[in-house]
Amino acid sequence: MIDSQRIATLEIVRGSEELGLETVAYELPFEDGASILDGLMWLKTHREPSLAFRFSCINANVCRECTMVIDGETTYACTARLRPGVTKLEPLPNRRHIRDLVTETVPRRERLIDD
Amino acid sequence: MIGAGGAGMYAALSAAKAGARQVILLDKNMIGRGGATIMAQMTVAAALSEAEPDEWEWHLADTLEAGRGLCDPKLAALLCREGPVRMREMDEWGVGWAREGDSIAQVMAPGHGVKRCCYVDFLSTGPAVSQTLRNRVSRSKEIRRVSNLTITELLINDERCCGAFGYDVSSGVAVSIEAGATIIATGGLTKLYARNSASTNMAGEGYALALNAGAELIDMEFVQFFPIGHLAPRLVGMDPIMWDPFRYKLGGLLLNGEHEEFVHRYADADEGNYKITRDQATFAILSEVAAGRGSPHGGAYLSFAHLSEDRLREAFGPVIDRLADNGIDLTSTAVEVSPIAHYHMGGIRVNEKMQSTIAGLYAAGEAVGGANGANRLSGNAITEALVFGDVAGREAALEGANAATAVPSSAEVWAADRLSSMVAASDESPDQQFNRLQGLMWDSVGPFRDAKGLEFARDQIDGWGVSEERQGQVTILPFDMNLASRLELRAALTSAKAVIASALAREESRGAHQRRDFQEMNDEAWHCSQRIKLHEGTLVTDKVRR
Repeated sequence: MIDSQRIATLEIVRGSEELGLETVAYELPFEDGASILDGLMWLKTHREPSLAFRFSCINANVCRECTMVIDGETTYACTARLRPGVTKLEPLPNRRHIRDLVTETVPRRERLIDD
Repeated sequence: MIGAGGAGMYAALSAAKAGARQVILLDKNMIGRGGATIMAQMTVAAALSEAEPDEWEWHLADTLEAGRGLCDPKLAALLCREGPVRMREMDEWGVGWAREGDSIAQVMAPGHGVKRCCYVDFLSTGPAVSQTLRNRVSRSKEIRRVSNLTITELLINDERCCGAFGYDVSSGVAVSIEAGATIIATGGLTKLYARNSASTNMAGEGYALALNAGAELIDMEFVQFFPIGHLAPRLVGMDPIMWDPFRYKLGGLLLNGEHEEFVHRYADADEGNYKITRDQATFAILSEVAAGRGSPHGGAYLSFAHLSEDRLREAFGPVIDRLADNGIDLTSTAVEVSPIAHYHMGGIRVNEKMQSTIAGLYAAGEAVGGANGANRLSGNAITEALVFGDVAGREAALEGANAATAVPSSAEVWAADRLSSMVAASDESPDQQFNRLQGLMWDSVGPFRDAKGLEFARDQIDGWGVSEERQGQVTILPFDMNLASRLELRAALTSAKAVIASALAREESRGAHQRRDFQEMNDEAWHCSQRIKLHEGTLVTDKVRR
């Protein structure tokens, strides 16, 4: 049996400039070793289907799409770990904010609409 | 090119080289960041004769044998003949194949008769291939790259593919693309299974696009399960199939939940040296789990504890430190492993020009079916991504230059209507539904199957479409993840039905398709592939005689 379940709190910046911005706190269960990205996937599956964040390879740390600000530090959600207590997640600064934790990280020449 | 992993990027380069004036390379995620190629930390097979004498015909013989008599011999020959050309080209492009002296290092891998598999140290093969191709496509003037563009339908005019329809994920704007030729390079469907080694964005979308456009698929019952995928403890920053070469090199021990060796109970002695085949290892592990002797997470232990720390560091190199970051110390910790869905042998039915059965529609890479028959030889996946990408890009450029591309407005209206119905409907979280599908596929359509389980899965899925409410004009939110998940689920359900129907029809065991109720290989009835297509809304299978 697995008895290492713990509870983490993620404070996540939600919304956009147009829709309005707010910080929402979510509690979620996790097992030791689980990543922040695991936690976001759990929230998207079980609580907030519309929660927006970037990911592709999921946890192999090769696509590098899940870059965000975690407790003030720019890092990858797939290698940062969940821990008991509060962790704050914010979109990248200095990039156009799209929604929730998603910013415009696509290189300019790969965009359909160049803003 | 729909999909910008290894196959799609190579196809774009090849089309530009063949004279295509405008190549559009798009991906629902970011160009060259998603898909299977970038995840592959292992080896690439090609008869380069660097480590020892080799011939492409020998590589072909090994490929055909692994495929248990079902490989399309022309596709397999293309893969093996052109593989060395593509690998030397990658070398010139600076991929950084590992060297032994002046030669490209080539190692043995299961199923190969000679040292044939090259790699980039340490466990960097796929990322290096992806980066090399990203650099090349970004320098091409003919290639227009578009990230975050999701294709939802192929556009058909008079039984000819004339482009694709989808939406820009960042803005929510619907997009219609006219194209003289279209290539599907969206990879496989391993995400359909609860335990898998794929990037999380491969949910069988290419197969669903092809089926809905009227194209034929082939060999859809053959899903490759990799026996010792990583299961626990949580491991981030690594490919889940990473343990294989180390078990091969070092003789890692498979132990059950009671810390006993067990493989010998199911197959000839393993000799601690990896002699048993993938299907035997899979059977042994799942049988122990079924008997209540699995590891805590439902697999087996893989232990290297009989080896010294020095020996481990010599073999694993810097990987030891990445494992330590995950809290794994191999001198004291046995990791848990389990069979995981790894690759799909089935896919879009093509000829040697990578043309599907629909005019104007091509496929490349894992999306192609037939080359690997009932079981893929290790190391052939990246080889086929590049080789098939090369052929598909060139042939599509030739056909596309002369093709009429007018998209009829009726096709656009139909595609827009199908998309808007997905935006508007609301029901259970699509990811929860996807999780249920993954569990169902794992339990009933996994490594070992029988009619009862397959029929159960079929009936479950039949009653379970994604709810669709036809709407008029709708607005898609920027980065609408709920919509993305619903579209993935819809494609996954279509692909799952094709796997189940094909698996039910094949009443024998062969390669990756193992039936509990038909345990023998039956060459008399089944030495042939099956194709499958949509006919008036129903999936129809039949045998392909060669």
